Amino acid sequence: MSDPIEARGLTKRYGDKLAVDDLTFTVESGRVTGFLGPNGAGKSTTMRLVLGLDSPTAGTVTVHGRRYADLPSPPHTIGALLDARAVHPGRTAANHLLALAQTAGIGRKRVDEVLGQVGLADVAGRRAGTFSLGMSQRLGIAGALLGDPPVLMFDEPVNGLDPEGIRWIRTLMRGLAAEGRTVLVSSHLMSEMALTAQHLLVIGRGRLIADTGIDDFLREHGSESVLVRGEEPDRLARVLRRAGAELRSEVDALVVEHLTAREIGKIAAAEGIALSELTPRRGSLEDVFMALTNDVVEFGVRA
Amino acid sequence: MNLFRSEWTKFRSLRSTWLTAAVTVLLGVGVGALSASAQAREAGDDWDPTAASLTSIIVAQLAIGVLGVLVMTAEYATGSIQPSVVAAPRRGRLLAAKAAVLSGAAVVLGQLIGFASFFVGQAMIAGAGAPHATLDQPGVLRAVIGSGLYLAAVGLLGLGLGAVLRSTAGAIGTLVSVTLVIRLVAQTLPESWRDWMGRWWPTAAGENIVTVVPVPGTLGPWQGFAVLCGFVALVAAAGYTVFRTRDT
Repeated sequence: MSDPIEARGLTKRYGDKLAVDDLTFTVESGRVTGFLGPNGAGKSTTMRLVLGLDSPTAGTVTVHGRRYADLPSPPHTIGALLDARAVHPGRTAANHLLALAQTAGIGRKRVDEVLGQVGLADVAGRRAGTFSLGMSQRLGIAGALLGDPPVLMFDEPVNGLDPEGIRWIRTLMRGLAAEGRTVLVSSHLMSEMALTAQHLLVIGRGRLIADTGIDDFLREHGSESVLVRGEEPDRLARVLRRAGAELRSEVDALVVEHLTAREIGKIAAAEGIALSELTPRRGSLEDVFMALTNDVVEFGVRA
Repeated sequence: MNLFRSEWTKFRSLRSTWLTAAVTVLLGVGVGALSASAQAREAGDDWDPTAASLTSIIVAQLAIGVLGVLVMTAEYATGSIQPSVVAAPRRGRLLAAKAAVLSGAAVVLGQLIGFASFFVGQAMIAGAGAPHATLDQPGVLRAVIGSGLYLAAVGLLGLGLGAVLRSTAGAIGTLVSVTLVIRLVAQTLPESWRDWMGRWWPTAAGENIVTVVPVPGTLGPWQGFAVLCGFVALVAAAGYTVFRTRDT
């Protein structure tokens, strides 16, 4: 069977701005794939191209082997939430969903079901214009779930949500993936991806930077450092530096780079310095991400 | 059929739809009645009581045209076009479903306005002591039903303009220009141009459908209406092309 989402040389140009630049990737089922990049990196554009909202300048993107417009029943194939506020404010939540459901022959019963699933059953008859951002996000997700699709795509779903809403969305996405569905979720926050995604597609300035498992990604790119506490900190610093380490001071501790915890332990033992702490620290996702996209940040300050 | 149902749900679930419909009926019938009694006082040899009572379409066409514009532009203004197109990516079918729902509603509204303003108008004319028309006279029923068809055509014109321009203000502005303003401007043009406009300008030609007594220098009722329909079809085709090819 063809991949749930597959892009080949996908390119989109708006005027003289290249929003998406020759992207080739596949998104697989049964896991949450994080689509990560700074704001303006081309994540939303890519998602719009998947859904046929915009047409690519070059290349193709398919859902289960077909162009979006050729899908026999889109709501039963892929559900998406791009912009939670893209709802007519004068229409009730239930009517908004009903109009979407009817395009695929889905009835009122299913509308009530998804409203219950996202916790909006009590406000089904309220006009969408009166909803908070959190409620709008839930309404958008209800719309994506209408056709019980095997592929789901969410653009920055936790933006503007309260902690309870964020937890709800994380649990929902992991649950959907655990059911064997394909989940593609975009974010500009590394920390968010670390908590939800199992696989990462990293993009910057429209280009694919990495396509890898989240653990591999960290192992490969995460610079390791070691937190060391011990007697005679000055002498400790001196001998470690002599061994080629780079040092930073924290409150009564040293952060050591370029030496492993094992090497540091050996040096300290040889010098007869007693250590009270020796903790390897993996570079945070944010650090890794910043380093990787340093030269491709669209609106970053250039030194 | 699924898309038609979906579009009907969108259409009926907005308060603005019912408000616009109510305004259309009240304004149409009200203006029709006033104008009929005013014209009855000046009734001459070419007195056409049917057409006099159906002046209602001049005002009602704006309201129905706006209804047509909004079917399209409200989706762009609120962003709801995005989930709509994601759910129904075949643009031609989506547009056709919108057009079908709007024409259905506009025909019903148009007939309501046509018959109501005919009966109210004839009562006013009779009250003013001028000769009035009845439905069994030749051409009268055609004119009354035709007034409803005329309104449906202008509703579709609004939808087409909405699809081309995507902006409510732009589309309504164009609609008012096409239906009314350009004809007022035409009055200031040299006579040969003025005559040409009176004969061929789509809404001028289309209006012949409500006349029972032929106006010299104009097309016949159905010929005139055909000119209007051709024009609406052109605008709709432009709307379809834009909707299909431009990014959403």
